[in-house]
Amino acid sequence: MAAIEEGGDSGHKKGPGVKKAKKLSTRIDMTPMVDLGFLLITFFIFTTTMSSPTTMDLFMPKDTDKDEEQNKAKESGALTILLGKNNVVYYYEGQLLPDASNFKTTTFKGIRDIIIKKKKDVKEQHQHDEGCKKIQEKARQGNPEAKPPVLPDPNWQTACLDRDLVIVIKPDQEATYKNTVDILDEMTINEIKRFAMVDLFEDEVKVIKATEAAAGGN
Amino acid sequence: MTPFVDVAFLILTFFIMATKFKPAEPVEIKTPNSVSTRELPDTDALQVTFDSTGRVFFSVLAEKDPKMKYDVIKHISESRNLGLSEDEMKNFVKSPAVGVPFSGLKQLLSYPLEEQKNVKQPGIPLDTLGGELYYWIRDAVGTFTGKQLKYLVKGDNEAKFPTFKMVLAAFKKNDIYKFNLITMLEDAPAGTELYLTRQKEKEHK
Repeated sequence: MAAIEEGGDSGHKKGPGVKKAKKLSTRIDMTPMVDLGFLLITFFIFTTTMSSPTTMDLFMPKDTDKDEEQNKAKESGALTILLGKNNVVYYYEGQLLPDASNFKTTTFKGIRDIIIKKKKDVKEQHQHDEGCKKIQEKARQGNPEAKPPVLPDPNWQTACLDRDLVIVIKPDQEATYKNTVDILDEMTINEIKRFAMVDLFEDEVKVIKATEAAAGGN
Repeated sequence: MTPFVDVAFLILTFFIMATKFKPAEPVEIKTPNSVSTRELPDTDALQVTFDSTGRVFFSVLAEKDPKMKYDVIKHISESRNLGLSEDEMKNFVKSPAVGVPFSGLKQLLSYPLEEQKNVKQPGIPLDTLGGELYYWIRDAVGTFTGKQLKYLVKGDNEAKFPTFKMVLAAFKKNDIYKFNLITMLEDAPAGTELYLTRQKEKEHK
């Protein structure tokens, strides 16, 4: 308080020799500040990566119980996808025939249709039995406690239709990590519930080699 | 001009808030895309990174508690008889990732952080049974006992599958079967089953 009054006093008591203070303009030049502002905007626009990384869950089975799992797969519902080099995808349904006549070649674009078709075929061939009841019941109830919660399925009768569908993924030595992630992603995209990533068999390696050699010759 | 400047500064504020600087990494990794929407955890996680040439790096993500990182390196130093000094262990806490054999770890950590970036790291030795990565994971898991750890795998698009398999082998040998692969988000392709499911979920909300 005192200080303010004092200041006020000194303002009033201007002697005859004291010049009147020049009235300063309250407007300041903002141009440099704005320049700097835009510089920073440009900087942040360039450095910001808007898409933040996400993670994809991957569950691998224990090596020991792999055999059991494979035995459970019905031959009619099995689709084996092999990843070769140069982003080529090979596949066959059921067992690989000795003459490899069911061994086919496709690309990452084409594999989705094959998976969809296989899923449809399996669903059409499905016949309800005892094992279906559990799956149906689970779908009917949903799981509100899971994260994110699973909603009860209104079409729960159909939940077991793709029960027999098993996709086996076998990347070979030349397949890239991107190929592997892409094919795992394809499982999520097509909502394949049962899939496994395992090693190639000896005869499959031979067939891939032969196919690659044939493709290279053309 | 005033409204214009106001808007400009609003945008500036937005970018400042939204920017999150990614931590420095010894190698640049181009991760694959996936439709997964799960967010990346940044704490209590072990991250294994591999680049296109198959070099493997190991890092501990412990944003909330840097002490954990120190404990991990101390644990490793003891179990592998590396004889790291106090300063070297503190250096590890600061460094984003390491990718050298145990035999070269002491030397790498003896460099200050700025120089570490310039060192060409050969990668952690791997084999089909996990190699040295197995010990890294084992000791780190041992340090984090009682905490929910996440296991992140970050691979380059061009990396070959055998590298990925060997990384998985190192985890599997530690009885870890659940991984999070770091990917970039992409939308589910229109018309696919996942796309339809997500549409339904949106309507439900």
